[in-house]
Amino acid sequence: MDALILSRIQFGANISFHILFPTITIALGWVLLFFKLRYSATGEDRWMDAYRFWVKIFALSFAMGVVSGITMSFQFGTNWPGFMETVGNIAGPLLAYEVLTAFFLEAVFLGIMLFGFSKVPGWLHTLATFLVAFGTTMSAFWILALNSWMHTPAGYEMRDGVAYATDWFAVIFNPSFPYRLSHMLLASGLTVSFLVAGLSALRLLMGDRSEVAATGLRVGAVLAAVLIPVQIFMGDQHGLNTLEHQPAKVAAMEGNWDTGSHVPMLLFAIPDEETRSNRFEIGIPNMASIILEHSPSGIVPGLNDYYAEDGTPLHPPVGKVFWSFRVMVGTGMLMLALSWFSVWFLSRRDAVTGERWHIDRLPRIALYGFVAMTFSGWVATLAGWLTTEIGRQPWLVTGVLTTEAAVADVPAPMVLTTLIAYLAVYAALLVIYIGTLTYLCGKAARGERLPERKRADGAPFQGKANPAATPAE
Amino acid sequence: MMTLFGDPQVWLPFTFATLMGIAILVYVVLDGFDLGVGVLFPFADDREKDRMIASIGPFWDANETWLVLAIGLLLVAFPAAHGTILTALYLPVAAMLIGLILRGVAFEYRVKAPPKWKSTWNWIFWGGSMLAALSQGFMLGMYIMGLEWTIWTVGFALLTSVFLTVGYSFIGAAWLIIKTDGLLQEKAVSWARGGIWGLVLGLGAISLASPLISARIFDKWFSMPQVLMLAPLPLLSLGLLAIIWVTLRRLPSANDSRAWVPFACGTGLFILAFCGMAYSFYPYVVPEKLTLYEAASAPEALIIILAGTVFVLPMIALYTTLAYYIFRGKATELSYE
Ligand code: HDD
Ligand code: HEM
Ligand code: HEM
Repeated sequence: MDALILSRIQFGANISFHILFPTITIALGWVLLFFKLRYSATGEDRWMDAYRFWVKIFALSFAMGVVSGITMSFQFGTNWPGFMETVGNIAGPLLAYEVLTAFFLEAVFLGIMLFGFSKVPGWLHTLATFLVAFGTTMSAFWILALNSWMHTPAGYEMRDGVAYATDWFAVIFNPSFPYRLSHMLLASGLTVSFLVAGLSALRLLMGDRSEVAATGLRVGAVLAAVLIPVQIFMGDQHGLNTLEHQPAKVAAMEGNWDTGSHVPMLLFAIPDEETRSNRFEIGIPNMASIILEHSPSGIVPGLNDYYAEDGTPLHPPVGKVFWSFRVMVGTGMLMLALSWFSVWFLSRRDAVTGERWHIDRLPRIALYGFVAMTFSGWVATLAGWLTTEIGRQPWLVTGVLTTEAAVADVPAPMVLTTLIAYLAVYAALLVIYIGTLTYLCGKAARGERLPERKRADGAPFQGKANPAATPAE
Repeated sequence: MMTLFGDPQVWLPFTFATLMGIAILVYVVLDGFDLGVGVLFPFADDREKDRMIASIGPFWDANETWLVLAIGLLLVAFPAAHGTILTALYLPVAAMLIGLILRGVAFEYRVKAPPKWKSTWNWIFWGGSMLAALSQGFMLGMYIMGLEWTIWTVGFALLTSVFLTVGYSFIGAAWLIIKTDGLLQEKAVSWARGGIWGLVLGLGAISLASPLISARIFDKWFSMPQVLMLAPLPLLSLGLLAIIWVTLRRLPSANDSRAWVPFACGTGLFILAFCGMAYSFYPYVVPEKLTLYEAASAPEALIIILAGTVFVLPMIALYTTLAYYIFRGKATELSYE
């Protein structure tokens, strides 16, 4: 294997590992803020307990996000020098603004959020929680501005093969940015909903009768049920935007070879780039035309339009894009089914007590469902990114720079060495991460104390100045 | 001077080199102390380990962010140099990153994973800190040697990697002197006495090697009148070393007075060493190959970053100070999360 393919695998592995944790921290920060504010408003212990349990998982995920992110910031130099040499004038400022406005903010206030509970006034702790959540969201803003620009570049001009910004507003708010940002933030919200619901369901199944587990399941299920239709709608809008700016990608997502009308939506197919056709097609007639053009006679672009004179394909690898797209959408549908099913049960009034939202109203199968879907957000998010990123190939920056032109001439064996090292570390860390989450759930379910931050005088971590209001440990 | 501030092709790269220098310096001091605490880990018992972690827990993440800023500024302001340096240092960079990954997650897992794994995580924390410190020292050595890989340069880099690691253990111990009391503080004082040698030998090695390796650097230092103008640098360094030496003999002191002196003077030493190196290498970013003016990005791109930096950096300084103020005083033993 040559350095190009190895570098691509390494970059893909690094960013895929990295994104797992931001998807959690971005939305979990806001969920923690919500818990904290509910506690302030109601004084109910369960909100504080929920905060305490989830802040541990937040801290764990954050640490994983930070260390893998630091690796990311070196990747550009070590493996993609051509990227910065060509589009550095655009990518540079966006990355710099991310460091300046997001990374320092979240890193500094994270310290106060995690360790400052008993050292600072309540409002300052709440403010720190807010600033951490805000920081993670800002960081998504900047990095997605850059990533979207790579898909749909705007506001720049080329001089001697180097890109120069002409209009920063157009660079940042490039055509696909609003869609990508909202789709990603929603993806993060969904990932967290299912993580919270899934781990809470696990605790319930382990026999945990605490209010924290029940509250977690309710919050997760309701949040998921609210976000998923919005996500599906945004996904559709995102696809329409892609149709306008990257039609070859849409053709690959749909697995459509010939441009034309009445194109079916394929549920299953094995695209074959040799014969330029699909095997084992199963589809819903006209559906792709209807989704993309809102009419059965709508024209859908076909892959056959994207071949050079000599037959070299100018479209992305079809099978990978086609299937990762289906994995994402399929996961989204499962999310819809499970969250609506559960919320429907939860929200019905109990015939006897007249109560609603009681956790016992939920069929046990739903609990198993949530446990099974704990990490479904990761699956859909990774699949989504694969669709987007592979769908941009052979370009690194659409129409400006090909991936091939950007690779470093580091000797292949060296890349292979680091690749193996990274993969080994990541695989181990992923197993440990999931193992630790399960372990923490088990511990909480058995009612054992989790490691708690103590005050300087040895008194336990307290919510309010008034000790009477301290949640029972 | 006029031309320096007249032409953006000149003053912008210069300003960015300065900013990058500041970021690297702040990183070396701040992450230096928390890496140093990690390096010292095996010398402490289990309760002391918890306290040592408590003393750096709220800070390490923000400290590492200075590395991201430094590398980000190199990336954005001097893209050509960024590529050259990082591809030349490909393997040590990867080693450092893996070290940082391991120690960063160990902070969390040592208290959250099942207790039976705790001592394993303590070792991982130590190993990761060592790997990160050693590879940073190695990169420093290679950089001074002009990024050439020969048996001599690698030998020199191995030396600097040991010295920097020991130097980090000094600044880590100096931090612990401020943040702890009792037996641990006494231990920290003796660690600092050992660690100071890393600084002495490291500074010595770099001061000897740089002029020997490059005639240009030799001339910059050893011709009249530069010799006289530069004399304060080594003299001040010797003065600071003497103060550290004397203070360490008298610590721990009755009411903890002067507990901050080793850390402050250590920081002073890092600053002086850095100024010396900056003077030696200016105007090169890639030693003897690429000047910062040749490597700089387009002024349009730099201006837009500068505008943000000027505005945001003071804010970062402000809230970083706030965090250090909130977590002032002695670190307590039990500090999880
Ligand atoms: C959509 C979100 C997103 C995406 C696509 C990326 N990141 Fe990220 N990154 C975050 C969202 C995020 C975050 C939520 O802000 C993190 C995760 C946890 C954390 O501490 O901050 C973070 C952490 C993080 C850090 C550590 C910051 C610190 O020290 O606090 C660095 C250096 C990077 N990232 C760099 C990158 C680079 C170079 C990327 C692309 C190539 C990238 N990230 C993609
Ligand atoms: C966060 C989630 C992301 C994931 C999971 C992801 C995943 C991937 C994958 C799998 C590829 C390989 C495509 C191929 O080679 O066929 C790729 C390519 C690439 N992406 Fe992303 N990406 C993400 C975000 C970003 C961001 C934010 C940037 C830059 C700002 C970026 C820059 C690149 C670059 C430089 C390449 C070319 C290298 C390559 O082909 O492997 N990516 N990405
Ligand atoms: C179910 C309906 C969904 C539709 C129609 C949909 C649509 C899309 C489309 C068209 C893209 C590709 C954008 C491009 O062309 O570059 C995309 C990307 C993506 N999707 Fe989805 N999506 C859906 C569900 C989900 C779910 C449930 C998640 C995660 C929880 C998710 C996460 C992502 C991510 C992270 C990306 C890559 C980033 C981006 O381009 O925004 N999607 N989605």
